[in-house]
Amino acid sequence: MSAVKALLVRDMRLAVRLGGGAPMGVLFFLIVVTLMPFALGPDLALLRRIGPAILWLGALLASLLALDRLFAADHEDGSLDLILTSRLPLELTVAVKALAHWLTTGLPLVIAAPVLALFLDLDPPAMAAVALTLLVGTPALTFIGTVGAALAVTLRRGGLILAVLVLPLTIPVLIFGVAAANAAVIGPMPFGPPFTILCALSLISFVIGPFAAAAALRHGLE
Amino acid sequence: MRLSATGLACVRSGREVFTGLGFALAAGEALLVLGRNGAGKSSLLRMIAGLVRIASGRLALEGGESELTLAEQAHYVGHQDAVKPALTVKENLEFWTQYLGGERGRSDPALDALALGNLAALPAAYLSAGQKRRLSLARLVAVKRPIWLLDEPTSALDAAAQERLSGLMRGHLAAGGIIVAATHGPVGLMGAKELRLDASGPLRPAESEGAAPGGAA
Amino acid sequence: MPIIDLANPSRFLALVGRVLPWLAAATVCAFLVGLYYAALAPDDYQQGATVKIMFIHVPNAWLAMFCWTVMTVAALGTLVWRHPLADVAAKAAAPLGAAFTFLCLLTGSLWGRPMWGTYWVWDGRLTSVLVLFLMYLGVLALWRTVEEPSRAARAAAILTLVGAINLPIIKFSVDWWATLHQPASVLRLGGPTIHSSILVPLLIMGLAFMLLFATLHLAAMRNEILRRRVRTLRLMQAQAGA
Repeated sequence: MSAVKALLVRDMRLAVRLGGGAPMGVLFFLIVVTLMPFALGPDLALLRRIGPAILWLGALLASLLALDRLFAADHEDGSLDLILTSRLPLELTVAVKALAHWLTTGLPLVIAAPVLALFLDLDPPAMAAVALTLLVGTPALTFIGTVGAALAVTLRRGGLILAVLVLPLTIPVLIFGVAAANAAVIGPMPFGPPFTILCALSLISFVIGPFAAAAALRHGLE
Repeated sequence: MRLSATGLACVRSGREVFTGLGFALAAGEALLVLGRNGAGKSSLLRMIAGLVRIASGRLALEGGESELTLAEQAHYVGHQDAVKPALTVKENLEFWTQYLGGERGRSDPALDALALGNLAALPAAYLSAGQKRRLSLARLVAVKRPIWLLDEPTSALDAAAQERLSGLMRGHLAAGGIIVAATHGPVGLMGAKELRLDASGPLRPAESEGAAPGGAA
Repeated sequence: MPIIDLANPSRFLALVGRVLPWLAAATVCAFLVGLYYAALAPDDYQQGATVKIMFIHVPNAWLAMFCWTVMTVAALGTLVWRHPLADVAAKAAAPLGAAFTFLCLLTGSLWGRPMWGTYWVWDGRLTSVLVLFLMYLGVLALWRTVEEPSRAARAAAILTLVGAINLPIIKFSVDWWATLHQPASVLRLGGPTIHSSILVPLLIMGLAFMLLFATLHLAAMRNEILRRRVRTLRLMQAQAGA
């Protein structure tokens, strides 16, 4: 167990000290939200109506940002070789790294979302709905993303390939996340069903993500 | 404990690097893998460490812990140092100690063994290449594993550090460990078996007269 | 004392040590005087007392733009004139500029809330300041990402110069974009006319904020110089321990 704790502490320490995680992710989130009105026009009524969707899209794109460093940094300095020779199951290692990534990148997005909702003139119930759906949905984005990150590090191609691999897999999360947030605000559809499906998607990703990513790492690194 | 290989073959990027390689090491024995660059020294070590797939042949460890794989009972020290610049020297070693299943409190003696004790609180970004190498080697002392797989361990080390490493290797062998080391030059181990990877004919280790003691001048 | 003497970090530190207490005292005095006159100024017939947020909002806007100018001059100092303290000045000014911009946005939002009914509108001026805020954050991110000070300085200097050229273009574009969707009522944050009873406190507050910037900037430069000395000492410690 101390191995798990050591890995979690190390990854969080690195994310905080290198500053690429939370600050950069939240900044990107802010930029994406700022870009939308330039494309859509400053009509607050329109922005308020599609606000949850804008926030979800921003959080989704920002979540992807630090993902490519998840394994690439360890691969580049040889840490990944040692991780593969440890006595911890690789699936558990991947899950712990994904958890550290979510705590340092995903959770700050959830906290920033209500603040950014001010720019889109969302009222408090809408803010709360978006924050809650993001809280449940961003772990799914991270854990699904680990599969893409593992594949990308073995492909050694970096850049957009991670986004190309992961984004289609995150579509269900996006659909149900926005649906649940909108349901809480606009109604008539109830909030419950899409939200429970969102929770289920997250739970499924906690299992599929680490197993698939571990398999990708094992087979990809020859 | 016995580490043995029979008929090992390695294929990388479609190219056959070596075939028919075999060796047998008992506890307390060392194997020096020699050969020019590209002959497959690193591939052999990575194969034993479980990082490269075995194309054909067999690799077996007898007498170790039965629930653990070969890789989980070996230390692999490759070309890279696995040192994170954003962490301090001590934090780097503490992480590997805990992650690889070592006992608590072994990092400070390990740092002293590699003459890094007075740099423990320094961020690893400030270390020179040789110091990073020594930090990487410190985990050999901090976590006890019976098999050491060392890929050019003396690179970037000065004479004093090489002597220190030779001492650690001799101590490990005396305690019944096994070492497989790829090297270009002498590592100060007397009576180690040598395996030349670029010789023609079947690949078998030969008894060496004993590598030159101590580090290079 | 000729300006070239300030190029020596040690002499600069000594100068800062002597000057800083006076600057800080002057800042406090200016704020006290400014706030006194601001309290005396008349309320707006439409907005009531909330118009007084202007006395903080407008100077912050001035300083947000002034800081980028300071950074631009410092960037030229780094790249063109090779002044030794130019990059220290640039690095110290960036967080201050970001803070002033943020305060400008915050006070603008609080000021507009009673009028608009919302905390934010996407009008030309506010949006331009928001983009300026994003550019400040970008420069800060760049300073943090590159570890080695002189490399970071050159990268930040290039970004600052590109920003300086781009900011007028961005301002023009954003204003044009805002006119595409002109709302029915024209929102004026500045008030109809600038009467002297408003102008005087405004200028005093402007001066107060300028002094605040000078105080904080010199203190930040001193901190940065000391930080780099710590870094050099650590490098020497590592070399000695080899």
